[in-house]
Amino acid sequence: MRGIVHIASWLYALAVYGFIFLPVIVLVLFSLQSTSFPIPPFTGPSLRWYEAVLSDARLTSALVNSLLVAVFSSATAVTLGFLSAWGFARFVLPGSGLLRGLITLPLTVSYLIIGMGLLVLFNWAGVPKSLLAAGIGHVVINLPLCFAIIYSQMGDHQINIERAARDLGAPEWKVLLLISVPVMAPAIFAGFFLSMTFSWDEFVISFLLTRFDTTLPVEIWNLLRSGLNPKTNAVGSLVFAVSIVLVVLFELTLLRRKPA
Amino acid sequence: MNSAGNSGRAPPRAGRALPWALVTPALAWTLAFFVLPFVAMGLSSLTAHEGGGLTLANYSQFFTNASYWQAMVNSLQVTAIVTVVSVLLAYPFAWILAEQVPERWQRLALMLAVLPFWTSYVVRSYSWLLVLAQNGVINRALTGSGLIAEPLQLANTRLATVTGFVHFFVMLLTLTIFANLKQLSPSYRKAAADLGAGPVRTFLHVVLPLTLPGIMVGAFLTFVLCIGDYITPQILGGNNELLMPQLVMMQIGRRGDFPLASALSIILMAVVTLAYLACARWLKIERA
Repeated sequence: MRGIVHIASWLYALAVYGFIFLPVIVLVLFSLQSTSFPIPPFTGPSLRWYEAVLSDARLTSALVNSLLVAVFSSATAVTLGFLSAWGFARFVLPGSGLLRGLITLPLTVSYLIIGMGLLVLFNWAGVPKSLLAAGIGHVVINLPLCFAIIYSQMGDHQINIERAARDLGAPEWKVLLLISVPVMAPAIFAGFFLSMTFSWDEFVISFLLTRFDTTLPVEIWNLLRSGLNPKTNAVGSLVFAVSIVLVVLFELTLLRRKPA
Repeated sequence: MNSAGNSGRAPPRAGRALPWALVTPALAWTLAFFVLPFVAMGLSSLTAHEGGGLTLANYSQFFTNASYWQAMVNSLQVTAIVTVVSVLLAYPFAWILAEQVPERWQRLALMLAVLPFWTSYVVRSYSWLLVLAQNGVINRALTGSGLIAEPLQLANTRLATVTGFVHFFVMLLTLTIFANLKQLSPSYRKAAADLGAGPVRTFLHVVLPLTLPGIMVGAFLTFVLCIGDYITPQILGGNNELLMPQLVMMQIGRRGDFPLASALSIILMAVVTLAYLACARWLKIERA
Protein backbone atom coordinates (compact mmCIF):
# COMPACT_ATOMS: atom_id res chain seq x y z
CA MET A 1 0.00 0.00 0.00
CA ARG A 2 2.73 2.47 0.99
CA GLY A 3 4.71 1.44 -2.05
CA ILE A 4 1.79 2.07 -4.38
CA VAL A 5 1.16 5.49 -2.85
CA HIS A 6 4.83 6.28 -3.24
CA ILE A 7 4.98 5.31 -6.91
CA ALA A 8 1.70 7.05 -7.69
CA SER A 9 3.03 10.15 -5.94
CA TRP A 10 6.17 10.13 -8.04
CA LEU A 11 4.24 9.74 -11.28
CA TYR A 12 1.79 12.46 -10.35
CA ALA A 13 4.53 14.86 -9.29
CA LEU A 14 6.44 14.20 -12.51
CA ALA A 15 3.33 14.85 -14.58
CA VAL A 16 2.67 18.16 -12.82
CA TYR A 17 6.31 19.22 -13.16
CA GLY A 18 6.04 18.33 -16.83
CA PHE A 19 2.92 20.46 -17.22
CA ILE A 20 4.55 23.37 -15.36
CA PHE A 21 7.77 23.29 -17.36
CA LEU A 22 6.44 22.34 -20.80
CA PRO A 23 5.85 25.93 -22.02
CA VAL A 24 9.12 27.19 -20.52
CA ILE A 25 11.15 24.46 -22.18
CA VAL A 26 9.43 25.06 -25.52
CA LEU A 27 10.02 28.81 -25.18
CA VAL A 28 13.73 28.51 -24.43
CA LEU A 29 14.43 25.61 -26.79
CA PHE A 30 12.93 27.30 -29.84
CA SER A 31 14.63 30.60 -29.01
CA LEU A 32 17.72 28.69 -30.16
CA GLN A 33 16.08 27.76 -33.45
CA SER A 34 18.19 28.50 -36.52
CA THR A 35 15.27 28.69 -38.97
CA SER A 36 12.45 31.23 -38.99
CA PHE A 37 9.67 29.37 -37.19
CA PRO A 38 9.68 28.36 -33.52
CA ILE A 39 7.95 25.07 -34.24
CA PRO A 40 9.19 21.49 -34.45
CA PRO A 41 11.51 20.17 -35.70
CA PHE A 42 14.27 21.85 -33.73
CA THR A 43 16.94 23.12 -36.11
CA GLY A 44 19.37 24.82 -33.72
CA PRO A 45 21.16 25.53 -31.62
CA SER A 46 21.84 29.01 -32.88
CA LEU A 47 22.11 32.40 -31.23
CA ARG A 48 20.93 34.36 -34.24
CA TRP A 49 17.60 35.37 -32.67
CA TYR A 50 19.33 36.67 -29.58
CA GLU A 51 21.54 38.74 -31.88
CA ALA A 52 18.39 39.92 -33.65
CA VAL A 53 16.92 41.01 -30.31
CA LEU A 54 20.04 42.87 -29.24
CA SER A 55 20.33 44.68 -32.56
CA ASP A 56 16.66 45.72 -32.48
CA ALA A 57 16.68 49.32 -31.21
CA ARG A 58 13.01 49.23 -30.19
CA LEU A 59 13.52 46.17 -28.02
CA THR A 60 16.74 47.34 -26.41
CA SER A 61 15.30 50.76 -25.60
CA ALA A 62 12.18 49.07 -24.21
CA LEU A 63 14.46 46.91 -22.09
CA VAL A 64 16.21 49.99 -20.71
CA ASN A 65 12.83 51.66 -20.13
CA SER A 66 11.59 48.60 -18.25
CA LEU A 67 14.66 48.59 -16.03
CA LEU A 68 14.37 52.33 -15.34
CA VAL A 69 10.68 52.10 -14.49
CA ALA A 70 11.32 49.04 -12.31
CA VAL A 71 14.22 50.61 -10.40
CA PHE A 72 12.63 54.01 -9.81
CA SER A 73 9.12 52.78 -9.03
CA SER A 74 10.48 50.10 -6.67
CA ALA A 75 12.75 52.60 -4.92
CA THR A 76 9.78 54.93 -4.43
CA ALA A 77 7.51 52.11 -3.28
CA VAL A 78 10.03 50.74 -0.81
CA THR A 79 10.85 54.20 0.60
CA LEU A 80 7.20 55.10 1.14
CA GLY A 81 6.51 51.59 2.41
CA PHE A 82 9.38 51.64 4.89
CA LEU A 83 8.58 55.11 6.29
CA SER A 84 4.92 54.27 6.76
CA ALA A 85 5.67 50.82 8.22
CA TRP A 86 8.06 52.43 10.71
CA GLY A 87 5.51 55.07 11.58
CA PHE A 88 2.73 52.53 12.16
CA ALA A 89 4.91 50.03 14.01
CA ARG A 90 6.56 52.51 16.37
CA PHE A 91 3.87 55.06 17.16
CA VAL A 92 0.27 54.91 18.24
CA LEU A 93 -1.80 56.68 15.61
CA PRO A 94 -5.55 57.26 15.75
CA GLY A 95 -7.35 55.10 13.19
CA SER A 96 -4.17 53.11 12.62
CA GLY A 97 -5.96 49.92 11.57
CA LEU A 98 -8.10 51.76 9.07
CA LEU A 99 -5.15 53.66 7.60
CA ARG A 100 -3.08 50.48 7.27
CA GLY A 101 -6.07 48.92 5.54
CA LEU A 102 -6.13 51.85 3.12
CA ILE A 103 -2.46 51.39 2.22
CA THR A 104 -2.91 47.66 1.53
CA LEU A 105 -6.24 48.10 -0.28
CA PRO A 106 -4.76 48.19 -3.84
CA LEU A 107 -3.67 44.55 -3.33
CA THR A 108 -7.29 43.47 -3.70
CA VAL A 109 -7.94 45.28 -6.98
CA SER A 110 -6.90 43.94 -10.37
CA TYR A 111 -4.17 45.74 -12.31
CA LEU A 112 -6.61 46.37 -15.14
CA ILE A 113 -8.86 48.43 -12.90
CA ILE A 114 -5.95 50.33 -11.31
CA GLY A 115 -4.68 51.13 -14.80
CA MET A 116 -8.15 52.13 -16.01
CA GLY A 117 -8.62 54.49 -13.07
CA LEU A 118 -5.29 56.21 -13.66
CA LEU A 119 -6.02 56.44 -17.37
CA VAL A 120 -9.33 58.20 -16.72
CA LEU A 121 -7.79 60.49 -14.09
CA PHE A 122 -4.75 61.44 -16.19
CA ASN A 123 -6.96 61.92 -19.21
CA TRP A 124 -9.09 64.43 -17.32
CA ALA A 125 -6.14 66.17 -15.73
CA GLY A 126 -4.40 66.46 -19.10
CA VAL A 127 -1.40 64.36 -17.99
CA PRO A 128 0.11 62.84 -21.14
CA LYS A 129 0.82 59.12 -21.45
CA SER A 130 4.42 58.42 -20.49
CA LEU A 131 6.80 56.08 -18.69
CA LEU A 132 6.40 58.32 -15.65
CA ALA A 133 2.64 57.69 -15.65
CA ALA A 134 3.27 53.91 -15.84
CA GLY A 135 5.85 54.22 -13.05
CA ILE A 136 3.28 55.95 -10.85
CA GLY A 137 0.95 53.01 -11.47
CA HIS A 138 3.69 50.55 -10.56
CA VAL A 139 4.23 52.33 -7.24
CA VAL A 140 0.49 51.94 -6.57
CA ILE A 141 0.68 48.15 -6.99
CA ASN A 142 4.01 47.72 -5.17
CA LEU A 143 3.64 50.10 -2.22
CA PRO A 144 1.18 47.78 -0.41
CA LEU A 145 3.53 44.84 -0.93
CA CYS A 146 6.57 46.69 0.40
CA PHE A 147 4.55 48.01 3.31
CA ALA A 148 3.22 44.54 4.19
CA ILE A 149 6.63 42.86 3.97
CA ILE A 150 8.46 45.49 6.03
CA TYR A 151 5.65 45.97 8.54
CA SER A 152 5.45 42.22 9.19
CA GLN A 153 9.20 42.05 9.86
CA MET A 154 9.27 44.81 12.47
CA GLY A 155 9.79 43.03 15.76
CA ASP A 156 10.14 44.17 19.34
CA HIS A 157 13.85 43.42 19.61
CA GLN A 158 14.47 46.19 17.10
CA ILE A 159 12.55 48.67 19.26
CA ASN A 160 15.05 48.17 22.06
CA ILE A 161 18.01 49.05 19.85
CA GLU A 162 16.18 52.16 18.75
CA ARG A 163 15.41 53.11 22.36
CA ALA A 164 19.03 52.65 23.29
CA ALA A 165 20.03 55.06 20.52
CA ARG A 166 17.46 57.59 21.68
CA ASP A 167 18.59 57.30 25.29
CA LEU A 168 22.10 58.04 24.11
CA GLY A 169 20.77 61.27 22.63
CA ALA A 170 20.27 60.43 18.95
CA PRO A 171 17.62 62.57 17.26
CA GLU A 172 14.79 60.73 15.48
CA TRP A 173 16.22 61.12 11.99
CA LYS A 174 19.49 59.58 13.15
CA VAL A 175 17.66 56.67 14.77
CA LEU A 176 15.80 56.13 11.52
CA LEU A 177 18.78 56.33 9.18
CA LEU A 178 21.55 54.80 11.29
CA ILE A 179 19.62 52.20 13.30
CA SER A 180 16.30 51.23 11.75
CA VAL A 181 17.31 51.19 8.09
CA PRO A 182 20.36 48.92 8.60
CA VAL A 183 18.44 46.65 10.99
CA MET A 184 15.56 46.36 8.53
CA ALA A 185 17.82 46.05 5.48
CA PRO A 186 16.82 42.44 4.62
CA ALA A 187 13.12 43.28 4.56
CA ILE A 188 13.82 46.49 2.64
CA PHE A 189 15.82 44.66 -0.03
CA ALA A 190 13.26 41.87 -0.18
CA GLY A 191 10.53 44.44 -0.79
CA PHE A 192 12.68 46.14 -3.39
CA PHE A 193 13.44 42.99 -5.37
CA LEU A 194 9.87 41.73 -5.24
CA SER A 195 8.67 45.11 -6.51
CA MET A 196 11.28 44.97 -9.25
CA THR A 197 9.95 41.58 -10.33
CA PHE A 198 6.35 42.76 -10.48
CA SER A 199 7.20 46.00 -12.22
CA TRP A 200 9.48 44.24 -14.71
CA ASP A 201 6.71 41.78 -15.66
CA GLU A 202 3.77 44.18 -15.50
CA PHE A 203 1.87 44.62 -18.73
CA VAL A 204 -1.60 46.11 -18.56
CA ILE A 205 -0.81 49.32 -16.64
CA SER A 206 2.13 50.09 -18.93
CA PHE A 207 -0.02 49.25 -21.94
CA LEU A 208 -2.70 51.73 -20.89
CA LEU A 209 -0.44 54.53 -19.66
CA THR A 210 2.43 54.69 -22.16
CA ARG A 211 2.41 55.60 -25.81
CA PHE A 212 5.62 55.67 -27.87
CA ASP A 213 8.30 55.02 -25.29
CA THR A 214 7.14 51.85 -23.66
CA THR A 215 8.23 48.90 -21.54
CA LEU A 216 9.43 45.48 -22.66
CA PRO A 217 6.23 43.48 -21.98
CA VAL A 218 4.28 45.95 -24.14
CA GLU A 219 6.88 45.76 -26.88
CA ILE A 220 6.69 41.95 -26.76
CA TRP A 221 2.92 42.27 -27.02
CA ASN A 222 3.45 44.28 -30.21
CA LEU A 223 5.72 41.53 -31.54
CA LEU A 224 2.92 39.00 -31.06
CA ARG A 225 1.01 40.54 -33.97
CA SER A 226 3.55 38.96 -36.29
CA GLY A 227 2.58 35.51 -35.01
CA LEU A 228 5.01 32.88 -33.80
CA ASN A 229 8.58 34.09 -34.16
CA PRO A 230 11.85 32.82 -32.65
CA LYS A 231 12.78 36.43 -31.92
CA THR A 232 9.82 36.62 -29.53
CA ASN A 233 11.10 33.39 -27.96
CA ALA A 234 14.52 34.95 -27.49
CA VAL A 235 13.29 38.16 -25.89
CA GLY A 236 10.79 36.16 -23.78
CA SER A 237 13.61 33.93 -22.53
CA LEU A 238 15.64 37.02 -21.61
CA VAL A 239 12.69 38.50 -19.70
CA PHE A 240 12.22 35.20 -17.89
CA ALA A 241 15.93 35.03 -16.99
CA VAL A 242 15.87 38.53 -15.47
CA SER A 243 12.74 37.64 -13.45
CA ILE A 244 14.46 34.56 -12.07
CA VAL A 245 17.53 36.57 -11.03
CA LEU A 246 15.28 39.06 -9.23
CA VAL A 247 13.33 36.32 -7.46
CA VAL A 248 16.50 34.57 -6.35
CA LEU A 249 17.79 37.89 -4.94
CA PHE A 250 14.45 38.27 -3.15
CA GLU A 251 14.65 34.77 -1.66
CA LEU A 252 18.25 35.26 -0.56
CA THR A 253 17.67 38.61 1.14
CA LEU A 254 14.53 37.49 2.92
CA LEU A 255 15.95 34.15 4.04
CA ARG A 256 19.32 35.37 5.19
CA ARG A 257 17.90 36.81 8.36
CA LYS A 258 16.24 33.54 9.42
CA PRO A 259 19.31 31.72 10.79
CA ALA A 260 20.51 34.78 12.72
CA MET B 1 3.28 52.24 23.07
CA ASN B 2 4.53 55.73 22.31
CA SER B 3 8.28 55.39 22.01
CA ALA B 4 8.80 59.14 22.33
CA GLY B 5 7.07 58.97 25.68
CA ASN B 6 8.97 55.85 26.69
CA SER B 7 12.41 57.26 26.03
CA GLY B 8 11.53 60.52 27.73
CA ARG B 9 14.00 62.39 25.54
CA ALA B 10 12.27 63.32 22.34
CA PRO B 11 10.21 66.47 22.77
CA PRO B 12 6.49 65.57 22.95
CA ARG B 13 5.61 67.89 20.07
CA ALA B 14 8.12 66.27 17.74
CA GLY B 15 6.79 62.94 18.95
CA ARG B 16 3.38 63.83 17.62
CA ALA B 17 4.35 65.42 14.31
CA LEU B 18 6.93 62.81 13.36
CA PRO B 19 4.66 59.75 13.04
CA TRP B 20 2.34 61.64 10.71
CA ALA B 21 5.29 62.85 8.67
CA LEU B 22 6.27 59.19 8.27
CA VAL B 23 2.93 57.79 7.21
CA THR B 24 1.60 60.73 5.20
CA PRO B 25 3.59 60.17 1.97
CA ALA B 26 2.30 56.60 1.60
CA LEU B 27 -1.24 57.62 2.49
CA ALA B 28 -1.12 60.61 0.14
CA TRP B 29 0.15 58.42 -2.70
CA THR B 30 -2.63 55.90 -2.15
CA LEU B 31 -5.25 58.64 -2.01
CA ALA B 32 -3.96 60.49 -5.08
CA PHE B 33 -3.22 57.54 -7.35
CA PHE B 34 -5.61 54.86 -6.13
CA VAL B 35 -8.64 56.39 -4.41
CA LEU B 36 -8.88 59.49 -6.61
CA PRO B 37 -8.62 57.51 -9.88
CA PHE B 38 -11.35 55.27 -8.58
CA VAL B 39 -13.56 58.29 -7.90
CA ALA B 40 -12.73 59.64 -11.36
CA MET B 41 -13.69 56.30 -12.86
CA GLY B 42 -16.95 56.35 -10.91
CA LEU B 43 -17.79 59.84 -12.16
CA SER B 44 -16.76 58.96 -15.69
CA SER B 45 -19.03 55.91 -15.66
CA LEU B 46 -21.96 58.26 -15.00
CA THR B 47 -21.32 60.54 -17.95
CA ALA B 48 -22.42 60.11 -21.55
CA HIS B 49 -19.69 59.30 -24.05
CA GLU B 50 -21.10 61.81 -26.54
CA GLY B 51 -21.65 65.31 -25.17
CA GLY B 52 -21.27 64.58 -21.47
CA GLY B 53 -24.10 65.02 -18.99
CA LEU B 54 -25.10 62.67 -16.18
CA THR B 55 -26.59 59.35 -17.21
CA LEU B 56 -26.98 55.77 -16.11
CA ALA B 57 -26.93 54.61 -19.71
CA ASN B 58 -23.48 53.01 -19.39
CA TYR B 59 -24.76 50.72 -16.68
CA SER B 60 -28.10 49.99 -18.28
CA GLN B 61 -26.26 49.02 -21.47
CA PHE B 62 -24.61 46.21 -19.61
CA PHE B 63 -27.97 44.79 -18.58
CA THR B 64 -29.66 45.25 -21.94
CA ASN B 65 -26.87 44.35 -24.37
CA ALA B 66 -26.77 40.58 -24.62
CA SER B 67 -23.13 40.44 -25.75
CA TYR B 68 -22.01 42.31 -22.61
CA TRP B 69 -23.95 39.91 -20.44
CA GLN B 70 -22.39 37.05 -22.34
CA ALA B 71 -18.90 38.38 -21.58
CA MET B 72 -19.68 38.32 -17.86
CA VAL B 73 -21.16 34.82 -18.12
CA ASN B 74 -18.05 33.65 -20.03
CA SER B 75 -15.78 35.24 -17.44
CA LEU B 76 -17.59 33.59 -14.55
CA GLN B 77 -17.62 30.20 -16.28
CA VAL B 78 -13.93 30.31 -17.19
CA THR B 79 -12.99 31.52 -13.70
CA ALA B 80 -15.06 28.81 -12.04
CA ILE B 81 -13.57 26.06 -14.23
CA VAL B 82 -10.04 27.38 -13.68
CA THR B 83 -10.47 27.63 -9.92
CA VAL B 84 -11.89 24.11 -9.52
CA VAL B 85 -9.39 22.42 -11.87
CA SER B 86 -6.44 24.28 -10.32
CA VAL B 87 -7.39 23.30 -6.78
CA LEU B 88 -7.91 19.66 -7.79
CA LEU B 89 -4.52 19.53 -9.52
CA ALA B 90 -2.59 21.54 -6.95
CA TYR B 91 -3.78 19.88 -3.76
CA PRO B 92 -2.33 16.41 -4.39
CA PHE B 93 0.83 18.02 -5.74
CA ALA B 94 1.30 20.20 -2.67
CA TRP B 95 0.53 17.19 -0.48
CA ILE B 96 3.22 15.13 -2.22
CA LEU B 97 5.74 17.95 -1.83
CA ALA B 98 4.90 18.35 1.85
CA GLU B 99 4.54 14.66 2.80
CA GLN B 100 6.39 12.44 0.36
CA VAL B 101 9.45 14.49 -0.60
CA PRO B 102 12.29 14.21 1.95
CA GLU B 103 12.51 17.27 4.20
CA ARG B 104 15.81 18.58 2.89
CA TRP B 105 14.69 18.51 -0.74
CA GLN B 106 11.39 20.24 -0.09
CA ARG B 107 12.59 23.83 -0.49
CA LEU B 108 14.24 23.02 -3.80
CA ALA B 109 11.25 21.01 -5.02
CA LEU B 110 8.90 23.85 -4.17
CA MET B 111 11.11 26.52 -5.71
CA LEU B 112 11.31 24.51 -8.92
CA ALA B 113 7.58 23.92 -8.93
CA VAL B 114 6.83 27.63 -8.95
CA LEU B 115 9.72 28.87 -11.09
CA PRO B 116 7.65 29.73 -14.19
CA PHE B 117 5.26 31.61 -11.89
CA TRP B 118 7.78 34.44 -11.98
CA THR B 119 7.57 35.32 -15.62
CA SER B 120 5.25 37.83 -17.16
CA TYR B 121 1.72 36.94 -18.25
CA VAL B 122 2.65 37.96 -21.79
CA VAL B 123 5.62 35.60 -22.06
CA ARG B 124 3.80 32.76 -20.33
CA SER B 125 0.78 33.03 -22.61
CA TYR B 126 2.97 33.25 -25.69
CA SER B 127 4.79 30.09 -24.56
CA TRP B 128 1.48 28.24 -24.38
CA LEU B 129 0.66 29.47 -27.85
CA LEU B 130 3.85 27.75 -29.05
CA VAL B 131 2.66 24.53 -27.45
CA LEU B 132 -0.94 24.69 -28.63
CA ALA B 133 -0.64 26.29 -32.10
CA GLN B 134 -1.87 24.59 -35.26
CA ASN B 135 1.69 23.48 -36.05
CA GLY B 136 2.86 23.64 -32.43
CA VAL B 137 4.50 21.02 -30.26
CA ILE B 138 1.39 19.05 -29.30
CA ASN B 139 -0.10 18.92 -32.77
CA ARG B 140 3.25 17.96 -34.31
CA ALA B 141 3.69 15.22 -31.74
CA LEU B 142 0.18 13.87 -32.32
CA THR B 143 0.28 13.97 -36.12
CA GLY B 144 3.90 12.77 -36.18
CA SER B 145 3.08 9.71 -34.12
CA GLY B 146 0.08 8.99 -36.34
CA LEU B 147 -2.49 9.35 -33.57
CA ILE B 148 -4.44 11.94 -35.53
CA ALA B 149 -4.45 12.83 -39.21
CA GLU B 150 -5.39 16.50 -39.02
CA PRO B 151 -4.03 18.96 -36.42
CA LEU B 152 -6.51 19.82 -33.64
CA GLN B 153 -7.78 23.33 -33.11
CA LEU B 154 -6.23 23.98 -29.69
CA ALA B 155 -5.20 27.64 -29.80
CA ASN B 156 -7.87 30.34 -29.94
CA THR B 157 -10.27 28.26 -27.89
CA ARG B 158 -11.62 28.38 -24.38
CA LEU B 159 -9.55 25.28 -23.68
CA ALA B 160 -6.38 27.26 -24.43
CA THR B 161 -7.41 30.10 -22.12
CA VAL B 162 -8.21 27.64 -19.35
CA THR B 163 -4.91 25.79 -19.86
CA GLY B 164 -2.91 29.02 -19.64
CA PHE B 165 -4.76 30.05 -16.48
CA VAL B 166 -4.57 26.63 -14.82
CA HIS B 167 -0.81 26.57 -15.44
CA PHE B 168 -0.41 29.81 -13.50
CA PHE B 169 -2.84 29.04 -10.69
CA VAL B 170 -1.61 25.51 -10.05
CA MET B 171 1.69 27.13 -9.07
CA LEU B 172 0.03 29.79 -6.94
CA LEU B 173 -2.20 27.25 -5.17
CA THR B 174 0.67 24.83 -4.66
CA LEU B 175 2.43 27.61 -2.74
CA THR B 176 -0.53 28.43 -0.52
CA ILE B 177 -1.62 24.83 0.10
CA PHE B 178 1.95 23.69 0.77
CA ALA B 179 2.35 26.44 3.38
CA ASN B 180 -0.96 25.36 4.87
CA LEU B 181 0.02 21.69 5.09
CA LYS B 182 3.36 22.53 6.68
CA GLN B 183 1.68 24.64 9.34
CA LEU B 184 -0.40 21.68 10.52
CA SER B 185 0.95 20.45 13.79
CA PRO B 186 2.00 16.76 13.53
CA SER B 187 0.23 16.10 16.82
CA TYR B 188 -3.14 16.18 15.05
CA ARG B 189 -2.09 13.29 12.87
CA LYS B 190 -0.56 11.47 15.83
CA ALA B 191 -3.76 11.91 17.81
CA ALA B 192 -5.81 10.54 14.91
CA ALA B 193 -3.47 7.56 14.58
CA ASP B 194 -3.58 6.91 18.35
CA LEU B 195 -7.34 6.85 18.16
CA GLY B 196 -7.10 4.16 15.51
CA ALA B 197 -7.67 6.08 12.28
CA GLY B 198 -5.88 4.83 9.19
CA PRO B 199 -4.03 7.18 6.85
CA VAL B 200 -7.04 7.63 4.56
CA ARG B 201 -9.41 8.43 7.39
CA THR B 202 -6.86 10.76 8.98
CA PHE B 203 -6.54 12.61 5.72
CA LEU B 204 -10.27 12.87 5.06
CA HIS B 205 -11.35 13.77 8.58
CA VAL B 206 -8.36 15.67 9.97
CA VAL B 207 -5.94 17.01 7.36
CA LEU B 208 -8.43 18.00 4.66
CA PRO B 209 -10.83 19.93 6.93
CA LEU B 210 -7.93 21.71 8.63
CA THR B 211 -6.49 22.85 5.30
CA LEU B 212 -9.87 23.92 3.93
CA PRO B 213 -9.54 27.58 5.03
CA GLY B 214 -6.18 27.74 3.22
CA ILE B 215 -7.75 26.28 0.09
CA MET B 216 -10.50 28.89 0.27
CA VAL B 217 -7.96 31.71 0.51
CA GLY B 218 -6.08 30.32 -2.48
CA ALA B 219 -9.28 29.77 -4.43
CA PHE B 220 -10.39 33.32 -3.74
CA LEU B 221 -7.02 34.68 -4.90
CA THR B 222 -7.39 32.57 -8.04
CA PHE B 223 -10.85 33.97 -8.63
CA VAL B 224 -9.73 37.59 -8.24
CA LEU B 225 -6.62 37.32 -10.42
CA CYS B 226 -8.31 35.17 -13.05
CA ILE B 227 -11.42 37.26 -13.60
CA GLY B 228 -9.37 40.46 -13.93
CA ASP B 229 -6.76 39.22 -16.38
CA TYR B 230 -6.81 40.53 -19.92
CA ILE B 231 -3.68 38.97 -21.42
CA THR B 232 -4.29 35.23 -21.13
CA PRO B 233 -7.72 35.22 -22.83
CA GLN B 234 -6.59 37.76 -25.41
CA ILE B 235 -3.49 35.81 -26.47
CA LEU B 236 -4.76 32.24 -26.02
CA GLY B 237 -8.52 32.54 -26.45
CA GLY B 238 -8.40 34.95 -29.34
CA ASN B 239 -11.53 36.90 -30.12
CA ASN B 240 -13.85 33.91 -30.51
CA GLU B 241 -15.47 34.61 -27.19
CA LEU B 242 -14.95 37.74 -25.11
CA LEU B 243 -14.26 37.82 -21.41
CA MET B 244 -14.96 40.91 -19.30
CA PRO B 245 -11.41 42.36 -19.31
CA GLN B 246 -11.31 42.02 -23.10
CA LEU B 247 -14.65 43.83 -23.33
CA VAL B 248 -13.29 46.66 -21.14
CA MET B 249 -10.13 47.00 -23.21
CA MET B 250 -12.16 46.98 -26.42
CA GLN B 251 -14.09 50.07 -25.30
CA ILE B 252 -10.84 51.95 -24.76
CA GLY B 253 -8.96 50.67 -27.76
CA ARG B 254 -11.39 50.84 -30.63
CA ARG B 255 -13.84 53.49 -29.53
CA GLY B 256 -12.11 55.55 -26.85
CA ASP B 257 -15.29 55.12 -24.82
CA PHE B 258 -13.91 55.76 -21.33
CA PRO B 259 -17.32 56.10 -19.63
CA LEU B 260 -18.48 52.67 -20.79
CA ALA B 261 -15.09 51.12 -19.97
CA SER B 262 -15.31 52.67 -16.49
CA ALA B 263 -18.83 51.35 -15.93
CA LEU B 264 -17.82 47.84 -17.03
CA SER B 265 -14.72 47.95 -14.77
CA ILE B 266 -16.85 48.96 -11.82
CA ILE B 267 -19.32 46.15 -12.52
CA LEU B 268 -16.40 43.71 -12.68
CA MET B 269 -15.09 45.03 -9.38
CA ALA B 270 -18.54 44.73 -7.82
CA VAL B 271 -18.60 41.04 -8.77
CA VAL B 272 -15.20 40.51 -7.13
CA THR B 273 -16.41 42.29 -4.01
CA LEU B 274 -19.52 40.09 -3.90
CA ALA B 275 -17.31 37.01 -4.22
CA TYR B 276 -15.18 38.32 -1.39
CA LEU B 277 -18.20 38.82 0.85
CA ALA B 278 -19.50 35.35 0.02
CA CYS B 279 -16.06 33.87 0.68
CA ALA B 280 -15.56 35.74 3.96
CA ARG B 281 -18.92 34.58 5.26
CA TRP B 282 -18.24 31.01 4.23
CA LEU B 283 -14.89 31.06 6.02
CA LYS B 284 -16.46 32.34 9.22
CA ILE B 285 -19.05 29.59 9.16
CA GLU B 286 -16.26 27.03 8.74
CA ARG B 287 -14.43 28.33 11.79
CA ALA B 288 -17.47 28.44 14.05
